[in-house]
Amino acid sequence: MNTQTTAQIIGFLAAMVLLTAFGMLVQRRIYGLIHLFAWQGLFLSISTAIVGYMTGRHHLYISSVLTLTLKVILLPYILNVLIHKLKIRKEIDTVVNVPLTMLIGIALVILSYHLTAPVRELSTFVTRSVLAIALATVMIGLLMMITRRHAVTQIIGFLAMENGLFFAATSATYGMPLVVELGVAIDVLIAAFIFGIFFFHINTTFDSLDVEYMARLKEED
Amino acid sequence: MPLLILLAAPLLAAVVLAFVGDRKYAPEINIAGSAATFIAGTALALEVYSGGPMLAGNKFFFVDAFNVYLAVLTSFVSMTTAIFSRRYMRREREHGRVGHWGMRFYHAMFQLFIFAMLLCLLTNNVGVLWIAMELATLSTVLLVSLYRTPTAIEAAWKYFILCGVGIAQALFGTVLLYFAAEKVLGEGGEALLWTNLIQMSDKLEPTILSLAFVFLMVGYGTKVGLVPLHNWLPDAHSEGPTPVSAVLSGLLLNVALYALVRCKAIVDGSTHTHYAGNIMMGFGMISILVAAFSMLRQKDIKRMFSYSSTEHMGIATFAFGLGGPIATYGALLHMLVHSLTKSSIFFTVGHASQMHRTQEMEKIKGLIKGSPLVGWGLMFGAMAIIGMPPFGVFTSEFLILTATIKDAPFMTPFLLLGLAVAFAAILRKIQPMISGEVPPYQMPLKAAHVPVLLHLALVLALGLYMPSFLNQWFHKAVEILK
Repeated sequence: MNTQTTAQIIGFLAAMVLLTAFGMLVQRRIYGLIHLFAWQGLFLSISTAIVGYMTGRHHLYISSVLTLTLKVILLPYILNVLIHKLKIRKEIDTVVNVPLTMLIGIALVILSYHLTAPVRELSTFVTRSVLAIALATVMIGLLMMITRRHAVTQIIGFLAMENGLFFAATSATYGMPLVVELGVAIDVLIAAFIFGIFFFHINTTFDSLDVEYMARLKEED
Repeated sequence: MPLLILLAAPLLAAVVLAFVGDRKYAPEINIAGSAATFIAGTALALEVYSGGPMLAGNKFFFVDAFNVYLAVLTSFVSMTTAIFSRRYMRREREHGRVGHWGMRFYHAMFQLFIFAMLLCLLTNNVGVLWIAMELATLSTVLLVSLYRTPTAIEAAWKYFILCGVGIAQALFGTVLLYFAAEKVLGEGGEALLWTNLIQMSDKLEPTILSLAFVFLMVGYGTKVGLVPLHNWLPDAHSEGPTPVSAVLSGLLLNVALYALVRCKAIVDGSTHTHYAGNIMMGFGMISILVAAFSMLRQKDIKRMFSYSSTEHMGIATFAFGLGGPIATYGALLHMLVHSLTKSSIFFTVGHASQMHRTQEMEKIKGLIKGSPLVGWGLMFGAMAIIGMPPFGVFTSEFLILTATIKDAPFMTPFLLLGLAVAFAAILRKIQPMISGEVPPYQMPLKAAHVPVLLHLALVLALGLYMPSFLNQWFHKAVEILK
């Protein structure tokens, strides 16, 4: 496989990652969101493995397997179990309407390309254009956290952001040092435990996972 | 060797405390663990003081004048907080605010948090710095929601989400940093070592580093509690148990600022402009002003002092941004004295709110008559934090002000305005609380003397006299950050 073809394959996978990010932005059902999140993780994992193969950096295989187990299997499974146990409503409301969110998302993609333009010009990596998509994924995750007022969707947005970061770290730069990648993975795992505990606490305290109810802490006049 | 003990002691204590749980002697183990950490920290400081900066563990750890003083400070405040929390948490347990599992969790997570902060300070790897910072956040999230009240859970959720988002930006900044460094230093772990990055900083691509700094500023700035990224801070501080507020305010904010300043040094070396400094000055000044005016309208005592933390971190950030030997020296001193003063204030505030069973300032009265230690302690703490001489905060703020008049005169009126408003806000609110008659609902309590008095004595001593070893240390640190 020559570099040109691999670059094209990675470009394709990057497009798929971005597509799933947009999919999450419009998806209204929680199970659909989790599926999209798992697909995003899968594209991420394949792309990491291909970069590892192309550059001969074998520690990327470990990252790839780690992504596969953590983000494609474990986290979606945990989320499914939690949703089942807590009997959460399947439909979720958005604060901003969907077409507007999409337009903001597109604006964020353009912004990301603009921001990373100087970096792309200077880089010698064939995968350099992935950086813009990674940043766009991070920003769309952020947008999702802002526009959705539900604890589960906020967490999925958070994890999608983490996916974008991981994409930047593995594909755009040919992989960060292994110690960093392992550390990040452990942090994500701890975060998963914490939000699991949180879901129970919020659900028992507020009788709902809608964060709209959490508005007691405000500045008084 | 002291380095290893310094990191192993809190980790070991965390494991032991997770098993000991709610037994009677758990607070004593907590204190012992922190004391061991403090002794190891002091030993490490002596080693670095006599032998100069050192690299250890295959270049994984790096200790110099800048981080070793923060490591000693962290271990010291964690020790005094452990002493304070023995009496404080026992009372909370008796009043049923925390349960059996809550206590087990509290002790173990407290030590894990200290470990995360020390790892953050001592590591040489910019990537590990980020991981440790995230670990410090995660270990305190569930401590903030320890009381399980609706407001506590809301505060913890906000803390989790906002700091998670913020810290993610910092990781993107770190990736960009690696992106730039990889070309110069080659692939692998070497390219993320701070010592390598600072050496090669003038070869790094300035455009990439400028972009990276924006992300690092937003990311670590969220954890420093700078406006407009500060929303989590007053909630987390006011809803969590008081010992946690003391360490969050006194230590975690410092560690986040440390991370930011380390990154700034690399960016400065590459861009050769005042670009990073200007951004920091802007964030710092906005934080000072917004926090000072927010303090005026607070009703909750812990909320007011958490805004005061934002203000003081703003002052330190501003001073680091300003640069130059005097401002940097002032900022280093300010981090030290603010940490000592603010944690002692939280100790007295914690006792005061336990005595009145509320955190509302209007209901807290007659502290000096009710409990002289709490009343006088709060008064002197408040005097120190608003920058009255002869306390140490006055010295550091005076240095920073002098440097501002010299290097950025147009900023002086804003800085003075912020300091004056904060002065008025705190003095006006504190005065009715400490004076007057004891209200009928006030309950007496056994206060923890040692931590409050020790901290205030140190702040006073630093205002009157600067020990030569500390002076030399700060000069070395200023040299590093030049």
